[in-house]
Amino acid sequence: MKLLRELLFPLIAVVAAFIVGGILILIIGDNPIEAYRLLFGSAFSWPVGIGYTLFYATPLIFTGLAVLVAFRCGLLNIGAEGQLYIAAFATAWVGITFANLSPWLLIPMCFVAAIIGGGVWGAIPGILKARFGSHEVINTIMLNFLAVALVSYFIQYHYKAPGDPIMESVPIGWGAHIFRLGKFIPGMPQYIPLNLAFILALVCCGLVYIFLWRTKWGYELRSTGTNPSAAEYGGISVRKQIIIAMTISGALAGMVGLNEVLGHRYRYYDGFSDNYGYTGIAVALLGRNHPVGVIISALLFAVLQRGGLPVDAFTQHVTKDIVQVLQGTIILFVAAEAFFSGAFARFGLLKRSNV
Amino acid sequence: MSEIFTIALIWSTIRLSTPLILAALGGLFSERSGVINIALEGMMLAGAFTAAAVTYATGSPYVGLVAGMMAGMLIAAIHAVACIQYKADQVVTGTAINILMLGMPAFLSGAFFLSSGSTPQIPKEHLVPWLPIIIAMVMVPLSWYVLYKTPFGLRLRSVGENPEAADAAGVPVARMRYAGVLLSGVLAGLGGAYLSIGQSSLFTRNMTSGRGFIALAALIFGKWRPFQTLLACLLFGFTEAVSIQMQGVVKLPSGDDIPVQFIQMVPYILTIIVLAGFIGSSRPPRALGIPYQKER
Repeated sequence: MKLLRELLFPLIAVVAAFIVGGILILIIGDNPIEAYRLLFGSAFSWPVGIGYTLFYATPLIFTGLAVLVAFRCGLLNIGAEGQLYIAAFATAWVGITFANLSPWLLIPMCFVAAIIGGGVWGAIPGILKARFGSHEVINTIMLNFLAVALVSYFIQYHYKAPGDPIMESVPIGWGAHIFRLGKFIPGMPQYIPLNLAFILALVCCGLVYIFLWRTKWGYELRSTGTNPSAAEYGGISVRKQIIIAMTISGALAGMVGLNEVLGHRYRYYDGFSDNYGYTGIAVALLGRNHPVGVIISALLFAVLQRGGLPVDAFTQHVTKDIVQVLQGTIILFVAAEAFFSGAFARFGLLKRSNV
Repeated sequence: MSEIFTIALIWSTIRLSTPLILAALGGLFSERSGVINIALEGMMLAGAFTAAAVTYATGSPYVGLVAGMMAGMLIAAIHAVACIQYKADQVVTGTAINILMLGMPAFLSGAFFLSSGSTPQIPKEHLVPWLPIIIAMVMVPLSWYVLYKTPFGLRLRSVGENPEAADAAGVPVARMRYAGVLLSGVLAGLGGAYLSIGQSSLFTRNMTSGRGFIALAALIFGKWRPFQTLLACLLFGFTEAVSIQMQGVVKLPSGDDIPVQFIQMVPYILTIIVLAGFIGSSRPPRALGIPYQKER
């Protein structure tokens, strides 16, 4: 019954959101079935569609994991957006500054830069909460804007190629490029930016699972999330856990920088994130704050993102903005789960939960 | 330095503060009733788009303003039903609304105006550059009066501070919270409407560009009180005005431009500092963010 609940409500939320989206498409005078066929058809076409879908899923797995880890400690990290910007810039900075090093040195250094960049930016609201009790939600929102402004300053004044009209840094060194998976997967062209970071994202899912459910540290972190006063009583320092959770969360979000800088554009591109941080909240929530769930829901949101483009191009009125409408509606339905569970209880299909 | 501190700067400050004031006052009513409102951004976008679309269609900015407020209220109603009726997480719901409203206006513009996310230009004579500013200025003392001098305000504050006690005293907690959230939608919608048919002459994709969050920051910086919030909005509006005026005018001794990014950072840094309690303490309403479960 528990597993059923875990699977049922996210599924209902997704279906309900697609119905709402379908009605909207119908209202503006297009055929929803045709639009959805375009959406899924393109996202699952081999190799280009699937390649891009997995590429889009990569940052969402990272940000989904970031939100998950914080959530398991009872924190809501809506700052993944800022954390990944800082991390991507840090990655690019290392890739530019030490451009001539060998890949064996440069790639690990970039990796560390991403983790430190994201981790530090995540630790700040953690420390502020642990030390001053200020709410992490507000601070992470503020830090998102700060990150964007800060990085945009560095790019505009220090790391842009002179005369380049685009807000982007100079390219990183060749040694910092990571493999595109097209190199190994027969039939997948190398222009598809799906890269090693995708594998790293899957590895991180495993590591997060082991950390949270198989280690003492993870147990302490989760205990803090479920009942902070009991945890404190049991000898766990809640303040320490808050800082640890936010740091890990930020570091996970930061790895988006690897996908973007080392595997995709090979430079820092201002405003590259398509709301990855905020979508991460949706990913974690829909995935029931479990690493496996995160993979599945990251794939779903990636499908939407990839499929939005042909919908935009090949329908009369529907633009790719339908993707954000669907995303928002899905989160809304997932958040207001009681809306469905209440209805189920009324018809005697499911026992009312004691939330 | 003196050439930038002019009447133009004051005027620009007032214009840029107005949407912040309206949205922040909206946030005030919602948060004072105990419901976190990070969806101000989405409500502003709803107001901005609807006001522009309706003004374009009807030719009357007044109808547009009302429509903008209604749109804000409609979005607020979604927030309210999810958070109050279904006890959804208020921050998550707010985030959902923000994402939804990033897409929805652009989706509708694309469909109705065959554009890539903006409405057509509205003729100059159909704009309302003054009215929302006046409303904003009036709304500040009015909000103060309503919150602190009327039974409605007392009840609203009581459900935000101590809903159990309020409930025991016969205050309808859910109804008061609905009122607070819906009011916030009306005001944020008006703030958004001012952006599209007051300051500008059309709706463009994501035209609020984070103003809903700045308004939220102003509300916190203003310690959830109307007059302090006004001052915070004016300060944040001023920083924006300065950063616009300074571009290319004021130089550092080295001859370089002063990076606007640093001025843009001011509101965010101030909010973090005040929230940490360095400049007096900013204490949120006690029951903020906690759904109220009536005892059975």
